[in-house]
Amino acid sequence: MPIIEVEELSREFQVMEPAGRFRRRKKTVHAVRGIDFSVEPGEAVGYIGANGAGKSTTIKMLTGVLVPSSGRVSVCGFNPVPQRKALARKIGVVFGQRSQLWWDLPLQDSYPILGAMHRMPEADWKPRFQELAEQMDLGEFLTTPVRQLSLGQRMRGEVAAALLHRPDLIILDEPTIGLDMISKEKLRQFLDAERRENGTTLLLTTHDMSDIQRLCQRVLVVDDGAIAYDGPLTGLADVAGAVRTMVVDLTAPVHSADLLSLPDGAVHQGIEAEGIRHSVSFDPSKLSAATVLAAISSTAEVADLSLHEPDIEHLVRELYGSARR
Amino acid sequence: MANSRAIRSGAGRDPHAPVTNLVLLKLLISARLRSQLAYRGSFLSDVAGQILLGLTEFVELYAIVHNVSSFGGMTFAQTLLVFGLASVAFALGDLLLGETDSMSETIRSGKLEVLLVRPLPVLLQLATSDFQLRRVGRLIFALAALAAALLFADITWDPAKLLLALITPLAGAAIFCALFLGAGAMQFWILDGRQFANAFTYGGRYVASMPGAALFFPIQVFFTFVIPATLVAYAPSLVILGLDGPAGIPAWTGWLGLPAAVVLSGLMLLLWRAAIKKYTGAGG
Repeated sequence: MPIIEVEELSREFQVMEPAGRFRRRKKTVHAVRGIDFSVEPGEAVGYIGANGAGKSTTIKMLTGVLVPSSGRVSVCGFNPVPQRKALARKIGVVFGQRSQLWWDLPLQDSYPILGAMHRMPEADWKPRFQELAEQMDLGEFLTTPVRQLSLGQRMRGEVAAALLHRPDLIILDEPTIGLDMISKEKLRQFLDAERRENGTTLLLTTHDMSDIQRLCQRVLVVDDGAIAYDGPLTGLADVAGAVRTMVVDLTAPVHSADLLSLPDGAVHQGIEAEGIRHSVSFDPSKLSAATVLAAISSTAEVADLSLHEPDIEHLVRELYGSARR
Repeated sequence: MANSRAIRSGAGRDPHAPVTNLVLLKLLISARLRSQLAYRGSFLSDVAGQILLGLTEFVELYAIVHNVSSFGGMTFAQTLLVFGLASVAFALGDLLLGETDSMSETIRSGKLEVLLVRPLPVLLQLATSDFQLRRVGRLIFALAALAAALLFADITWDPAKLLLALITPLAGAAIFCALFLGAGAMQFWILDGRQFANAFTYGGRYVASMPGAALFFPIQVFFTFVIPATLVAYAPSLVILGLDGPAGIPAWTGWLGLPAAVVLSGLMLLLWRAAIKKYTGAGG
């Protein structure tokens, strides 16, 4: 049985819009229009889309914060809004921008309270907490008040809080936003291990392509309230033509693109800084970054390089464009 | 070990014991207490500020009674009884549900969504969330005023009056809780409704703490039978002191505090439920 089942789900909002000097007119905004999808237990699904595409609205309807205008939602076998409290025991939710921890208390003080809220006896929540604290490396800042934690530390604390009651499903809304590379990587490793070991279903929204690459086998792309793509990430790249870009700085200037040897499939994109900086794009499914670098190094000495992942917003735009055609 | 303190906080209990409502409530309240004490200086100055505020109100009342010798047909000690009862009731209500005062803030910051995805009623979480405890200063002052009034007001006690004197602060607290709840619920519809809502809560306290006879007749009726502010302290004081009430607030209304509290709480709880439903219906 699917853990999330969504059929013909729609949500519209009434907003007031000025019409003339004093009058206001009601206007209906369709945030989500008739989406269908289902998620099986243990799956890891990335839910992506531009700002205002309907991601948060969908998440609110899945967690019981918002009633759908029409259609059917079932999460863990519950109808989210009427059975909100029963559902809350089965799911964990992390809102990247909001805290569910006790702001003025040391981090460790939030967990006994959350455990009690989920009616877990001490013998139940404490071993789980110790396990989470160890895996997420919370040890060194457990006694620090939450308000003094860095964003990365707090986010690890938030995720541990959402997982304390061993939910079947964890929903994360922008969990890596604002985190540095190391914190992001730690969080991803942990979430991946959690899913593998405990079979926790993962649904996350993100703007970060590497979150999806590292964590999700499946991607749902929402655009203008409708599902524009549902399938594996590799398929998304095929559909949208995702390319990586390598930018290399050479020790000596090379003034023509022809003088730089490139493997087949790599395209020279431009020269900057009087021949020092070159950018080269390539399809990551056909060429590895190492191959491209080796080819360039054979003709010129590389002083520095950086890699740019395909931009998720760009992908979605491409995809939506191609879906419309 | 760094984390030994929190782990030990549950020591002495059977670790396998099921989590009862009482255990949960204790945890929530102790978390609130500790949050307050995290800013010790600010907490103490808040308590002092609240005592000072209560004192100012008292001085205002004293100034009136001192100059007109009787205020709404009451002597100073009798006025003090009204003031004391009203202040205790308000302080208790504020302590419990004062947080709903800033409901629009909670909604706007998205904190409400965090409360909604937990397996507990939102109201219980609000009542045990952060910042009302500093208002304990107001309660201390109110209790002192009430004690003084009971000493000086020359009351001939009988069992009925004693019962009424015990019920009144609690019923009054329930009335203010209901008013705070209504004020919080209102802010789901009027996002900038905090000032409007304050008219009922703080306005209600102002009316409750003065002799009702000093009010204009229609206002007497409004604050007795529509918003039961005079039932919090003035009407029961009439019974306790053995006085007759003004036309709009007959003395028998002194016994209406508890029924009014029950009815008003019921209505406001319904309004609160409608408000939460409205939120889940319309979104942030």
